[in-house]
Amino acid sequence: MDKPDYNDEIVKKFTIATIFWGVAGFAAGVFIALQMAFPELNIGEYLTFGRLRPLHTSAVIFAFGGNALFATSYFVVQRTCRTRLWGDGVANFTFWGYQAFIVMAAVGYLTGVTQGKEYAEPEWYADLWLTFVWVAYLIVFLMTMKNRREPHIYVANWFYLAFIVTVAVLHLGNNISIPVSLTSTKSYSVWAGVQSALIQWWYGHNAVGFFLTAGFLGIMYYFVPKRAGRPVYSYRLSILHFWSLIFIYIWAGPHHLHYTALPDWAQTLGMTFSIMLWMPSWGGMINGMMTLSGAWHKLRQDPVLRFMIISLAFYGMSTFEGPLMSIKTVNALSHYTDWTIGHVHSGALGWVAFISFGALYHLVPGLWKKEGLYSMKLVNTHLWVATIGIVLYIAAMWVSGIMQGLMWRSYDDMGFLTYSFVETVYAMHPFYLIRALGGLMFLSGALIMVYNIYKTICGDAVPSTQDVKEPVHA
Amino acid sequence: MSEHQKETDAISGVETTGHDWDGIKELNNPAPRWWLLVLYASIIWAIGYWVVYPAWPTLSGEGVRGGTEGSFGWTQYEQLKESQGEIVARKAAYLTRFENASFADIQKDEGLYEFAQAGGAAAFKDNCATCHGTGGAGGNGYPNLNDDDWLWGGSVDAIYQTIRFGIRSGDDEARFSEMPAFGDMLSADEISAIASFVVQDGTDDGAGAQAFADNCAACHGDTGTGMHELGAPNLMDAIWFYGGTKADVMAQIRKPRHGVMPAWEHRLDANTIRELAIYVHALGGGE
Repeated sequence: MDKPDYNDEIVKKFTIATIFWGVAGFAAGVFIALQMAFPELNIGEYLTFGRLRPLHTSAVIFAFGGNALFATSYFVVQRTCRTRLWGDGVANFTFWGYQAFIVMAAVGYLTGVTQGKEYAEPEWYADLWLTFVWVAYLIVFLMTMKNRREPHIYVANWFYLAFIVTVAVLHLGNNISIPVSLTSTKSYSVWAGVQSALIQWWYGHNAVGFFLTAGFLGIMYYFVPKRAGRPVYSYRLSILHFWSLIFIYIWAGPHHLHYTALPDWAQTLGMTFSIMLWMPSWGGMINGMMTLSGAWHKLRQDPVLRFMIISLAFYGMSTFEGPLMSIKTVNALSHYTDWTIGHVHSGALGWVAFISFGALYHLVPGLWKKEGLYSMKLVNTHLWVATIGIVLYIAAMWVSGIMQGLMWRSYDDMGFLTYSFVETVYAMHPFYLIRALGGLMFLSGALIMVYNIYKTICGDAVPSTQDVKEPVHA
Repeated sequence: MSEHQKETDAISGVETTGHDWDGIKELNNPAPRWWLLVLYASIIWAIGYWVVYPAWPTLSGEGVRGGTEGSFGWTQYEQLKESQGEIVARKAAYLTRFENASFADIQKDEGLYEFAQAGGAAAFKDNCATCHGTGGAGGNGYPNLNDDDWLWGGSVDAIYQTIRFGIRSGDDEARFSEMPAFGDMLSADEISAIASFVVQDGTDDGAGAQAFADNCAACHGDTGTGMHELGAPNLMDAIWFYGGTKADVMAQIRKPRHGVMPAWEHRLDANTIRELAIYVHALGGGE
């Protein structure tokens, strides 16, 4: 079969951007984790926690995650449609346009320009710019699929397309606002009151669902079977869990607003759809893990595949934890505590970042026409340093969050609150230290990856993948 | 475009779908049975939940806040009332008696005193600790509440009044006094001499004592032991409000600082303020 002249230059650019923003975002995370443990680190106006926190979340979700999705989707859609990416110029615009959006957003955060909506902080001008970029992305993707030389559309592309389309709808819906003037950075949302909260969490939860879940399942569906050299476990499961996932996810947002001004009926809907979402989410994990049946031995030899499988394990864990936390009784304890932070990080570090690392390690040698990675040993070191970091992080947040929730609701025999707020903060201090350590380990792992990939690209003696004997891990 | 042939995967023995993308094939396995069963179970559970709890918006906008009521009649406001009910009941066992008892009665009644202590401790941590410290030890400019040195009086009644109306809070009943700025009235030498006399560093040759008697004794008393009515601190103990070095004292004489404590009457309920008065009184040497 002939292979078209794929546009890999654009994939290379997004790959570099993914690594760059990843390190920046992880470093910002470590710094704000330290700020929680040592408030003295809130230095000056621009480096306070309040401004760095959205900088961190946006850097890891939209800059790191977004560039990873661009890179892999452009790579995967070409291969699985057996056609060159449509529109070199437009694709290039999506690259520079997206980086410009990231810089616009970051400058806004540091200078205090914000809409005050979680994960949608950038103001109207940045939102408008992103809309142009996103429409260009959609056109590039759709046109490439239209030009496909395969009869069917591969499952990874369903997920990528669901991600692109839904994120566009969410972005437009939540960010409708009226600028004070064309020269002002300030705007007012058309949504107000509890409607605003509901729209925000319809957006926020589906940013998790379609950006961080559907998009990354697209990555999983190409790179796991490719790396394992095995067929996807079940075509039927992929259809069932795709449609059930996208149908059910979109309803689950109100579980972020339990016990608030939101009417009870809306809270119930959000909670029940979250429970029904459990199996559709797990479908992706099952299909990914079972793809390895008959190839489990490859896990012993290939740390890149190991990254992908550990990411599926974290995916399974956090998509079980999510429905659990959406139950009102559980949420009454977990909401507003560190448990939530632990939950999102098991998803973000364990699932999103690990599947991305796996894809990056797989992509780089091919894109830069190298025989293999500079060092498989370093991939393995990255894997274990980062995994221990994640475990420290989420275990610390579980303990801290549950403790915090229990302390808040503790009353003495006479009906008085047992603890003041500051006592809960004091009790959380040791866990903040453990969390910062976990984050630091995760960042260190990423820096090992940067070194490894740099050496791979620069072409210093490249050993073939097969030559590397991996130590056997029990 | 070409359809690929279905083939049987050698390892699993399962047939593929015949699709092939960049070398990736798909097995024609069914979805796992347990997966489907749990999915169906969660859907059935959700439908049941919708029947018994408020769940769906009504097209007409009728019902509880525009939605179905659910057969349990549950609302989050009812749940809140119930869970608060238990806590309110615990307090209620003491509250009526507490409201009607004088400070003296409370201090004699073991149960009520314990109740006041518990309530005061809880309220102190959330409202007072910010300035006075979690243990009430204060800091520079914020009085230590653990010692027996009281600016405005250390009886339960005096403490109650201070908490209720505050100090220089703007409340009509607030405690108020202002030490004049002597920097404009006295020479540098006089201020230095007074400070030496006050901190008792042994260098005062009598001029300080004389200047103190002329300028300070009216409020701080002939012996310098202070006056509760004016909030004038005792200057003869080793406890200092704004620092105890000679330089600190000179600074305070030249241009005194006047701290503000808010009036809590409109922020806390009457019982909480009474509990706080008893708690603070017991912290150190109440009078």
